[in-house]
Amino acid sequence: MGSRATAATKRPWSRPRPEGRCAGRRLAPGHSRGSDAIVRVRGLHYRAGGREIFAGVDLDFPRGAVTAVMGPSGSGKTTLLRLITGQARPERGTVEFDGQDVAKLGRRELYRMRRRMGMLFQNGALLTDFDVYENIAFPLREHARLPERLVRHLVLTKLQAVGLRGAARLMPAELSGGMARRVALARAIVMDPELLIYDEPFVGLDPISLGVVLRLIRRLNDTLGVTSIVVSHDVREITAVADCCHLLSAGRIIASGPPAEVAGSKHEDVRQFMHGLPDGPVAFDYPAPAYAEQVLRER
Amino acid sequence: MASAIVRELGESVQETLLALGRYALFAARVAAEAPRALLRFRLVVEQVFNAGALSLVIIMLSGLFVGMVLGLQGFDLLERFGSEESLGTAAALGLFKELGPVVAALLFAGRAGTALASELGLMRATDQIAAIEMMAVDPVRRVVMPRFLGGVIAMPLLAAIFSMIGLYGAQLVGVQLMGVDQGQFWSQMRAAVELHDVMEGVLKSVVFGLSCSLVAVYEGYHSVPTAEGVGRATTRTVVISSVSVLLLDYVLTAVML
Repeated sequence: MGSRATAATKRPWSRPRPEGRCAGRRLAPGHSRGSDAIVRVRGLHYRAGGREIFAGVDLDFPRGAVTAVMGPSGSGKTTLLRLITGQARPERGTVEFDGQDVAKLGRRELYRMRRRMGMLFQNGALLTDFDVYENIAFPLREHARLPERLVRHLVLTKLQAVGLRGAARLMPAELSGGMARRVALARAIVMDPELLIYDEPFVGLDPISLGVVLRLIRRLNDTLGVTSIVVSHDVREITAVADCCHLLSAGRIIASGPPAEVAGSKHEDVRQFMHGLPDGPVAFDYPAPAYAEQVLRER
Repeated sequence: MASAIVRELGESVQETLLALGRYALFAARVAAEAPRALLRFRLVVEQVFNAGALSLVIIMLSGLFVGMVLGLQGFDLLERFGSEESLGTAAALGLFKELGPVVAALLFAGRAGTALASELGLMRATDQIAAIEMMAVDPVRRVVMPRFLGGVIAMPLLAAIFSMIGLYGAQLVGVQLMGVDQGQFWSQMRAAVELHDVMEGVLKSVVFGLSCSLVAVYEGYHSVPTAEGVGRATTRTVVISSVSVLLLDYVLTAVML
């Protein structure tokens, strides 16, 4: 416990990284390098419930890098993940994973593509009928006919990676929010994916758990040689580990680049978001008639 | 005014047809997946336990009381014609052909159906279904099918148990309380009840099992992922299952009479 707190205080994940570019990193053996971007979004248009979520978005997610997708609530961050994973289809434009147009994949091909991805949901989304061990073994049991001894070995290895080997027989209801997130992370990496996707991984976490999850994002990305996409609006935390940031607002990308570059932007929308200013292009007040006029009329 | 009523009526008919179409598509998918799902029999057995064994207490209790009431009412009616020794026949035919499958199906919809729908709805609301999809596992194959088949297998078994306990309840009241001769009770029943009477009940319970289980998994799987959405799915499961059981009961009875 003490060592974990010390690690969080020292923020080992925020070591200096090459700035000035959204660079890819070293890949694990067996992971191919088709092009520099593992996910490529071009001319993306998407509507939901009559509202325009994306109006011509172009994005690249460099192979081997931790890329943060930030933006205010309702800016379409989670929708972007749904489009990348094939849970939604764009109205226009393309979303490519490793050169494949995700929207054109049939169900079987889509599932084949998803085997190369791991996703961490906001609340962990652990299967509540299973204990921690069985949750992590689930993808292995579904996709591979492995001897039980090997399954056990793999599950314990992944649990060790997230520091929860001792919690193998706990049920999801017995886990704290941070532990559940780490178990979900172990499950996400059990099939050795090429792309790890994190949907709001810091929501509702205490500072210690948050530090642990941050460190895991960086460490897993570097040691496993995967590509990570992290959707979050926790600016300070995510910019500490990301190699590259994309800032979404009003259906468009308003800033892209290394965290320091985005944080130093003079663009008003970017400044308001990155520095958490209460008023600016995104107004504090929701559009309404004049206050006095409305109060008097209602009387 | 009249045009608004016509428009609303048209919209509601269109919505009902669309819903029926969605049910039909889902049923077709479930039917296509059934053979493969049966290969993973361990998962199905777990769900037979959840839908069947966990419903046993309510089924047995209800069967006993329904049988006892049948014994009382049947005795009162038959006594007027001086044929109270036919009580066994009347109770058996009533239970095997009608009350057993229908009441067991209504209880099944209320106990196991709601449990299935709310479980699937909660899995949807807590992103478990999405997580399964993201692990490249088909949730219909892995989650829906075992539950559907579990319900289909459990329903006829529950109806049979309901009928047997009900018959015991009728005997308890008729023979032990009202003094009908025990030999007459059983022998008349054995002489009058034929295999096709029993099979009629079995067929009904299989059809009710298919319809109740389909409604439960469809409503749960397609529920809106909120607390209110899960609640609505559960309510709809009971309402649609109950109405469909009574409707199908009439159709099947009319066909088999």
